[in-house]
Amino acid sequence: MRLLSEKISRKRRSRFAGPLVLLIGLLLTGGLYAAFAPANADQSGPSADDVAKGRALFEVGCASCHGKNAEGILTKRDKNFGPSLIGVGAAAVHFQVSTGRMPMAQPGTQAIRKRPVYSDTEIRQLGAFVQSLGPGPAVPDASDYDISNLSAEEIAKGGEFFRTNCTACHNFAGHGGAMPEGKFAPKIYGDTPQQIFEAMLTGPQQMPAFSNQVLTAQDKKAIIGYVKTINEAPQYGGFGLGGLGPVSEGMFAWLAGIGGLVLVAVWIASHSARSSKKKKVQA
Amino acid sequence: MSDHSHELEAHQAEIAEPIPDPGLPPHEPRPTDVDPASERRAERQVATFFGLACVLSVLFCVAYFTMHVGEHPSTFLSLGASTLWLGVTLGLALLCIGIGAIQWARKLMGDEEIVEYRHSASSTEEDREEAIAAFQQGVEESGIGRRSLVRNSLLVAMASLGLPAIVALRDLGPLPEQDGKYAANGVNTLYKTVWAKNMRVVQDVGFNPIKPSDMVVGQLVNGEPAVFDPANTNAEGEPEFEGTALLNATAKAAVILVRMDPDDIVDEHSKNWGVDGILCFSKICTHVGCPISLWEQQTHHLLCPCHQSTFDLADGGKVVFGPAARSLPQLPITLDSEGYIVAQSDFHEPVGPSFWERG
Repeated sequence: MRLLSEKISRKRRSRFAGPLVLLIGLLLTGGLYAAFAPANADQSGPSADDVAKGRALFEVGCASCHGKNAEGILTKRDKNFGPSLIGVGAAAVHFQVSTGRMPMAQPGTQAIRKRPVYSDTEIRQLGAFVQSLGPGPAVPDASDYDISNLSAEEIAKGGEFFRTNCTACHNFAGHGGAMPEGKFAPKIYGDTPQQIFEAMLTGPQQMPAFSNQVLTAQDKKAIIGYVKTINEAPQYGGFGLGGLGPVSEGMFAWLAGIGGLVLVAVWIASHSARSSKKKKVQA
Repeated sequence: MSDHSHELEAHQAEIAEPIPDPGLPPHEPRPTDVDPASERRAERQVATFFGLACVLSVLFCVAYFTMHVGEHPSTFLSLGASTLWLGVTLGLALLCIGIGAIQWARKLMGDEEIVEYRHSASSTEEDREEAIAAFQQGVEESGIGRRSLVRNSLLVAMASLGLPAIVALRDLGPLPEQDGKYAANGVNTLYKTVWAKNMRVVQDVGFNPIKPSDMVVGQLVNGEPAVFDPANTNAEGEPEFEGTALLNATAKAAVILVRMDPDDIVDEHSKNWGVDGILCFSKICTHVGCPISLWEQQTHHLLCPCHQSTFDLADGGKVVFGPAARSLPQLPITLDSEGYIVAQSDFHEPVGPSFWERG
């Protein structure tokens, strides 16, 4: 300001100069902010059209469980029939709908993975509607889960994170595991990197959430890289038998191994063929 | 044979059987015993199996040298080809030798039934008397009955051999003492962990400190005390904990942070030990000490994958299912001046499975 006022003498200054400088200042601030502000995943912004179409889809396919305004529906005993979707964000919508878990075929303890019902466009529109209800995790940027450039060190680090945070439920090979009351932790190697990223970010069903502030996007990318690496690696030790460890391996040993030994023992002890001919007496 | 039949007659004379012994049925020869052609066929079968075993052993060597292992292993049906073919060839080679041997025994070796009677297990009278006499002579000559000084000092010497064994048991480890020389650093006892007032809770593996605003409701963080961070060095520039010491300390100090809706937390005392619905519990199961982080965020239940002990984290870590007998110990937390989650103190009770001194 001082620079400006020195150049433009008081006499020559137009009465519009003040407001003009103010305007330029504001534009500069806004422009610089727009240029350098941290990129937001929903930068392009869901259009009002997407939100409206999403609402229409929601009212047809989702509202019967989640409520007309996604406020959730309680059962008579105050349990969740369909949880509130306010604040769950578009990432949760993308994960649930693109893996076919939502809409569920019937209410139950476990949402089952199946062929998705909605197209990519419809999923985006549903996400835009849910995102408009309250702030929540947006659909992650493609660069967040692009695992093509991970180094071996990063993948190994991802393995450490995986064994610390994921193996308790999803098994050390990502093959999933059983949980009480008919629930289960699903196998994860069939999911796309985006879906795995969104599952960690939003914590679907009983799964805890792992926010980007604690488990950073880079850490998540390393985990995804590790999961994909161990699933693409050849089964060097032979048949994996579902990767379930002692359960399936023990079952194989008992049924095939011990069963085979029993059959061999029966063969060893069985009577062999007899002949009615008399043995020739050797001279 | 005459010896056998003689014994058999003597045996039959001794005991009058209520039902006469029918004896062995007459021996029936096998086709291989009477037909030279089938005998030769059986020979060829056995030899074929032994020959196959030979070929398979050679194939094992071929597989060993041609299949690649290491970074770019050869594969067969997406299985590791080296492991597969080594196992298949060696296993089948052994199997072929076995089948050949059994076929040999079944078809060609003699199969006449033989009866062998058992004999008394005791030695003859003369042998027994001789042994007893030799022993008595030894007792007499050594004078162990008469020379009481020698005998008694030998007994004392043998008994004192127990002392080294008892003293060596001490090496099994320090007692889980509350005070004393091992309790001082808080590491070697079962009563203490490395947690202390104002020690930050950091994420395991990443070692980043955590603010309450970093955690959303339903979040789980596998945590460690900040002192385990390898960047945390002592005066000599070495990490404070490493190697076995780190493993021993981690086995007690590992924790989980969970965030719930504060209204869902039933136990008021437990809630007061947390921050905004964030609670910090020991990650070590109170049953037999498995690390537990199988958290169902909607039911607030924490499950142990080893024996299915289930703890309700909304109700002070109370056991709701399974073999665990004690609630999961909770670590009281608060915030430091920079807003990061820190411990208020060490655990107020021993973590992990019960032990006999534990009250």
